[in-house]
Amino acid sequence: MSVELLTLIIIAITFAFYLYIGWWARVRDTKGFYVAGGEIPAVANGAAIAADWMSGASFISMAGLISFMGFDGTVYLMGWTGGYVLLTLLLAPYLRKYGKYTVPDFIGDRYYSNTTRAVAALATIFISMTYVAGQMRGVGIVFSRFLQVDITIGVFIGMGIVAFFAILGGMKGITWTQVAQYSVLIIAYMITAGAIAGMLTGIPIPQVALTFSGFAQKLTNLQVELGLMEYIKPFQSMSALNVFAVTLALMIGTAGLPHVIVRFYTVKTVRAARWSGVWAIIFIALLYTTAPALGVFAKYNLINSLNNKTVEEVQQIEWASKWAETGLFQFNDKNGDGILNMTNDDTNEIVIDRDTIVLSTPEVAQLSPFVIALVAAGGLAAALSTAAGLLMAMSSAAAHDIYYRILRPEATEQQRLKVARWSILGAVLIAGWFGIHPPGFVGEVVAFAFGLAAASLFPAILLGIFDKRMNRQGATWGIGVGLAFTFIMILLMRSPQIFGTAKPIISSFFGINAQGVGSVGAILNFAISYFVSRNTEAPPQEIQDLVEEIRIPRGVGQAHTH
Amino acid sequence: MVEKKLTEKQQEYWKKNIGLIRILLIIWALVSYVGGIILAVPFSRIPFFGVNLAFWLAQQGSILVFIALIVIYAVRMDKLDKEYDFHEIKITDQKKGVSA
Repeated sequence: MSVELLTLIIIAITFAFYLYIGWWARVRDTKGFYVAGGEIPAVANGAAIAADWMSGASFISMAGLISFMGFDGTVYLMGWTGGYVLLTLLLAPYLRKYGKYTVPDFIGDRYYSNTTRAVAALATIFISMTYVAGQMRGVGIVFSRFLQVDITIGVFIGMGIVAFFAILGGMKGITWTQVAQYSVLIIAYMITAGAIAGMLTGIPIPQVALTFSGFAQKLTNLQVELGLMEYIKPFQSMSALNVFAVTLALMIGTAGLPHVIVRFYTVKTVRAARWSGVWAIIFIALLYTTAPALGVFAKYNLINSLNNKTVEEVQQIEWASKWAETGLFQFNDKNGDGILNMTNDDTNEIVIDRDTIVLSTPEVAQLSPFVIALVAAGGLAAALSTAAGLLMAMSSAAAHDIYYRILRPEATEQQRLKVARWSILGAVLIAGWFGIHPPGFVGEVVAFAFGLAAASLFPAILLGIFDKRMNRQGATWGIGVGLAFTFIMILLMRSPQIFGTAKPIISSFFGINAQGVGSVGAILNFAISYFVSRNTEAPPQEIQDLVEEIRIPRGVGQAHTH
Repeated sequence: MVEKKLTEKQQEYWKKNIGLIRILLIIWALVSYVGGIILAVPFSRIPFFGVNLAFWLAQQGSILVFIALIVIYAVRMDKLDKEYDFHEIKITDQKKGVSA
């Protein structure tokens, strides 16, 4: 059986499974639609958070990214896991206790202002939209690479699947499909990484192999020989300041991402919210501690099997010629000596796209076609689960916060449910449009999603819980300044991608790049919130009572109705 | 709703909660920002099995510490809930008006 056919079969099986779950989990009321009825067990919620959070980028791109950044790739490893410490300790239990449907729900109520609610809703939509565009593109790319269909058709199939389970089952459908998708993606990832680790080191547990085998040092030596950077040494591809700022921004941003935060509303109790955090970090860490190992082993293997080989030898490697067709892998015997050499300057004859690291590993390591098919299904699971979570966050901000809480508070349950379903459909269509016609800067604006979440939502929620004296004026000014600063800074630094200028208008903010500038925005937000709130009147008594109330995990559920 | 006489007890609970969070976040910052980044250059000269200490902390160790911190928090808070009798967390289904 050909790899293509096997891949098709495995993808079809997993998709049928997701569709079945969507049908099984169909809901009839808004509580079921927005927070899955608040009945998800902590372990399942942990798996759903993990799938929700780990996108196509985590699955397909991250190990490759790290393998090209070396030590400094830790910005993604620490940044994207350390945020869960903030999330679980500082936000999750209290948001669960407060217990409504969305992030703007909390911000709007806590700051007794529909303006603040609207700003939070718009931030949610914007953050999720920039993110989901890339996911849909990812779905299309995986389809086109593994099944040789057009990217557009791939995007359409992905849209259809997500629309089905999200419209029918809302958060409940999304949750249980995410649990299934987590299982698929982690199995695919671990088998691939375990096999290549076992092949190179004899230790099939990638984390253990990375620490004890000495291959990271071997890769460093190999790279130094070729004139590439010292893999294992800190701050070779980024300054120490940037590593610090980007890690911080990704941590705070992770804790402020609305599609992740709302998942804590879907469990029964405050205790279950805390334990969801436990399960989430365990499930996420399984992939995140594997990625650096996969990066080292895959890159070592790639360099070793290509460098100093003759053109004929490389042409005979089946995966090499296959990947050469996609343009993600290029070789060109520039000096005509018949041998391909990897160097760090113009004489380089081998170009490897970092996205190929994960996707090509099974073939490079000569694993069975079954594993190759599984990786394709895993990549799709990762992209689809995140897309579904983002679509849900986006459409609930539109349907629940803007339509119901602000525009039509008298809407009936049925009307609200209908609007929620239509807004999911709308969100799917917009996301699909961006997937088919990707704005050139999609990859670049992921910095936006994190920077804005870090500079707007996270400080507002945190201060809302821990600072009783924080008032509407403080929060509004804090969010406004944090958002504006981060937004403008990213626009200026990413101007070539966004406005098409020849050079960035400014290259950095005192040495901090666009990915890290959100941490400055967050600090500004905190400072201004504090200063303004202390110079204006205290929040009303009932708000101060609300803050006291959410700090104690008793009687959860009382606040859970609208 | 909340009875007034519990307020003192609640404040004590909240204080202990804050104390726990503070300790855990200090460890979080020490491991990731101080150990993994600020001291990365000197730490990269300390061998740690097949890699060096800075690399291990940044790409493996810190993540393991994050797991430990979250687990400790969840376990400690369960204990605190019990101690302060907040462990009876009830779901009230308001439509039916029953506690489950």
